[in-house]
This record gives sequence, C-alpha cells and structure tokens, in this order.
Amino acid sequence: MLNISHVSKTFNPGTVTEKQALRDLNLHLEPEDFVTIIGGNGAGKSTMLNMVAGVYPIDCGTIYLDGVNISRRPEYKRASLLGRVFQDPMMGTAAGMQIEENMALAHRRGRRRGLKWGVTKQEKEIFHEELKRLGLGLEERMTAKVGLLSGGQRQALTLLMATLQKPKLLLLDEHTAALDPRTAKKVLSLTEEMVAEARLTALMVTHNMKDALRLGNRLIMMHEGQIIYDVRGEEKKKLKVEDLLKKFEDASGGEFANDRMMLSD
Amino acid sequence: MGIMLAIQGAVSQGILWGIMALGIYLTYRILDVADLTVDGSFALGGCTCAALITAGINPWLSLVAAVIAGMLAGFVTGLLHTRCEIPAILAGILTQIGLYSINLRIMGRSNTPLLKSPTIFKQLSGVTGLGQNWISMIVGLVFVAGLISVLYWFFGTEIGSAIRATGDNERMARSLGMNTNRNKVLGLAISNGLVALSGAMVTQSQGYADVKQGTGAIVIGLASIIIGEVIFGKKTSFGTKLLSVVVGSAVYRIIVAVVLQLGLNTDDLKLLTALLVAAALTVPVILEKRKQAASYDPMTDGSAGKGGN
Ligand SMILES: Nc1ncnc2c1ncn2[C@@H]1O[C@H](COP(=O)(O)OP(=O)(O)OP(=O)(O)O)[C@@H](O)[C@H]1O
Ligand SMILES: [Mg+2]
Repeated sequence: MLNISHVSKTFNPGTVTEKQALRDLNLHLEPEDFVTIIGGNGAGKSTMLNMVAGVYPIDCGTIYLDGVNISRRPEYKRASLLGRVFQDPMMGTAAGMQIEENMALAHRRGRRRGLKWGVTKQEKEIFHEELKRLGLGLEERMTAKVGLLSGGQRQALTLLMATLQKPKLLLLDEHTAALDPRTAKKVLSLTEEMVAEARLTALMVTHNMKDALRLGNRLIMMHEGQIIYDVRGEEKKKLKVEDLLKKFEDASGGEFANDRMMLSD
Repeated sequence: MGIMLAIQGAVSQGILWGIMALGIYLTYRILDVADLTVDGSFALGGCTCAALITAGINPWLSLVAAVIAGMLAGFVTGLLHTRCEIPAILAGILTQIGLYSINLRIMGRSNTPLLKSPTIFKQLSGVTGLGQNWISMIVGLVFVAGLISVLYWFFGTEIGSAIRATGDNERMARSLGMNTNRNKVLGLAISNGLVALSGAMVTQSQGYADVKQGTGAIVIGLASIIIGEVIFGKKTSFGTKLLSVVVGSAVYRIIVAVVLQLGLNTDDLKLLTALLVAAALTVPVILEKRKQAASYDPMTDGSAGKGGN
C-alpha cells in the first residue's frame, strides 16, 4: 500500500542549523494496516508524515502509494490519495467558511474544481447524516462559521472531512494532543470507528503509549530519523508500556528519557 | 444648489470608483493579501482605454481591453509572488512601479484628454438625452449590479470556494488538493481586472487619462471597504459585503465633496484620506481594548452569578 524506501531528509543543509530529520528510512505498509508511531521529540515522526504528504521535497529515495510513485509530486496533487488531520485544530479547517462549505471542500479533495456550485443540495443531505455521527449537534449548525467551534469540535470535523472521501492513506499527526482529556478520548474513539468502518490504512503519531498500544495492528518507534522498532499482530498485543519504555531507553543510549511520553497516562 | 450638484457628482464618481474597491476587497479581504499593484493597474486601465479611444477604437471595446490589461498586471504580480516567492506586498510594488513606465509608453505622454473623443457616457447621453452626470450614475449602477451578481455567483462555485479557502487557510487548502498558487494568481488577476475597468470608466467619465491617476488608489479602496463595514457591520452576507464596499466608496466621495466645499485644499486630500483610514483601522482596536479593560474584575472568577463580595 505505502512503500517508503531509502528516504532521507536534511533540513537547512550546509548551514549551522543543518538537521538530518530522516536517515535512509524504509517502511512498507500492507492494505488496512493501522500503524501507531511513537518516538521522542525530534525523532522525525512529523517529518515522515510530511514527506508522504509532500509538504517538503525529499532528498533521496522513493515513496509509492497504492502503486503510484508520488516521490516528486507536489502536495496538492497527492491530496486525492491522502486524508490528513494535524496536531493544531485550527489547521485542518477554514475558520471563515461555513461547516458545510468546509465539508464540500473536503468532499472535492483531489478532484477537478469547475464552475459548478461549491455545495450541492445532495451534499448537504450527506453532510447532515455524516455530522450526526459525531454526536456534537453540528448537523443543526451547518451554516455556522467553523471559527465559532471549539478546538475539539474542529478536530472532530477535520477527521470527518479527512474520511468523507475514502483516502488511500490516513495521516494523523498527534491529532488529539491539543485537546482536553475527555475530548481527546472522544476524537480517538471516532478515529477508531472510522478507520475500522471504512477499513482505512492509517498512520497515527501519538505520545500516549497506552493509545499506541491499544489502537492499531502495528506499532513503530522512531529515533533520530529511523525506525528502530516495528511490531505487529500478536506480538504487539502482548506488549506493555514498560517494554516500550525499556526499548526507548535502550535506543537513546541508556539515558533516562525526559520526554512527554513518560508523563502521559 | 451647488452642494447638491457636487454630491450628485460625488455619488456617481463613488460608484465608478466602487468597482475598484470591489477589486481591492477581493484581495484584501478574501485572498488576505495587501496588493499594491492597484495604483498601477488603475492607471493602466485609464491609459489603455484613452490610448485606444484616441486611436479610433470603440469606447466599449476599449473598456474590454482595459480589463484584459489589468488582469495581465495582476497575473504578473501573482507570478512574482507565487513562482518567484517574493512577498506579496513587494511583488505588488514591483508591478506598480513597472506599470508607471508602461503606462507612459502606452499613451506616449503623461496625459491624454478625451474632450473631442467619443466615450460610452457621451454616446449614451446622445442616445437618451440625459445629462452626463445622470448617465454616469446609471451606467455605474448597472455595472455594479452586474458585477456584484457575477462575483456572488463566482465565489459560490467550486473554483470560487477554493479561492476563498486559499485566503482563509492556505495549508488546509493545499492538503485538500487545491492548487493554492494558481488560486492566488487567479484572484489577483480578477481583482486587477476590476481595478482597471474602474480606471477606464473613471477616465471616460472625467474626460482624460493621466499616468498619475492611480496614485493612492489602494488607500481610497481600503477607505471604501472600511466605511462600508462601519455602515453595514462586519457580520453580513457575502452579497451585502460586496454592496457595502460600493456604498462605502460613494460615502467616501460624499465626505470628500463636503470637505472640499467647506474649503479644504485639494492638495490636503490624500493626507485626509490617510488619516481617515488610519483612524478607521485604529478605532475598533481601541474599542476592543476598552471593552477588555472595562470587563476586567480581579475579584471574580468570571463565572456567571458570582459577584465580588
Ligand atoms: N521545516 C523544518 N525546518 C527545519 N528543521 C525542521 C523542520 N521540520 C522539522 N525539523 C527538524 O527535524 C527534526 C525532526 O522533527 P519532527 O518534527 O519530524 O519531529 P517529531 O518526531 O515529530 O517530534 P515531536 O514529537 O516533537 O513532534 C527536528 O530536529 C526538527 O527540529
Ligand atoms: Mg511532530
């Protein structure tokens, strides 16, 4: 499904701020893989997702998605294949536009846009039904500006928008990190539901070890721009938080990791 | 009686300039870029139109040519901004400065009178027997009504929505597959097309074109937008917003006419406009701060029903 091979990325090469974010990264996903990604700050998790999405060009290597070589495609041309939810709840929606307008934009993800109406009547009916699933009452406020919603509501909406048109791959980058615990839980269970229902292939970055263990069929740990641990299936199910901490310590050279992942419950 | 005539003239001028303000609204409020091409493209519209008319071209066709020229100017700014990654403000300034020379080239001199040449207003005045002032007001209103309808429709379409999304949240727009660079170029081209159309109509109505006729146009456009927002409020429908821009432009011209009647020197007009815009932009900020300060109470936790004891 997704095939990343020998991808490297160095930011600001040849300057004092030079930073190699990805080193000869390789990752192969099977269809319907739901992979959780953990790793310390600066490990390269976001960079990996951004490379897949085409936010920055890669230095070398290739990325294939669903058999298509997308290595050098600009971001907007990869959008037809990808659904994305960002860490910042403000990032995934247009604040000055209505809920239904935002959804209509997402409904046309990767399609040619012409002089037809931006939101059709049939679409409004579809959106109404879809919004009901969120259980946030947004279906009654479809013409409200998205800027009026809370962070959690916006994030739930973004998630819905990302899956409105089935993506080949869903990219979630700490998409619950900015939410309060209750809202985070709600958005996370929505994520689970949607991934299962549409049988999506997904990559989900999280700093919450329990979530990383509980969700998905596969877990990878990143460190200094590489994947240092990759478990799936039964083996993953048996894994405990302590095991992950141990792995993490080993990787970071025995130093006790001072990281957000230690604190998250 | 003099003041009434002055106001009537002001309103018809305001409507013609309102078309420019509509163009500025598209970039300033929808695309969220301050496009300084405007001063150049307004004059470009006027100069192109005047040069063509004096060369014997039909004044209506000259209007069309002016729109195309304006769109090209916006296109150039758009490319400088998106392809060459020059900040929008600087890209606009570059085009604007370049256009000054181009406008001189187009006319071959700095000023072209149209006293003996046909204009759309003279033609219609001849046909209908109405005075030029009335004609320019009616023509202006018809154009404004048509343009607002077209813009209202366009920004409701898929492409129009994509342009709005690009101005609202560029990263989101790209992640949903919109070519944000193309949208910006398109928005800038449409905007400057409107600005040039306005320049061409103003030129035909005042009877001459001047390379300097666009100086300060951007500020006048912003003044119109802000005055419109003061009158109609910010939370109105899109159609009302477009209308409010044109009304704002007319009100601006009335204010100018009145202060000129009261004896203000024409030379001080630009300063007055700048002060007006600065004040209009400042007042909401100060009011917001006042409101904040007034509602601050160190003794309560802000929850309803609890007062400081
Ligand atoms: N646009 C950029 N320009 C320069 N350096 C960058 C850029 N993006 C990321 N980096 C650097 O690349 C490295 C990897 O960053 P990345 O954001 O991928 O880490 P991460 O694993 O997502 O960390 P976190 O858990 O903090 O989100 C970091 O050192 C970061 O400073
Ligand atoms: Mg990150």
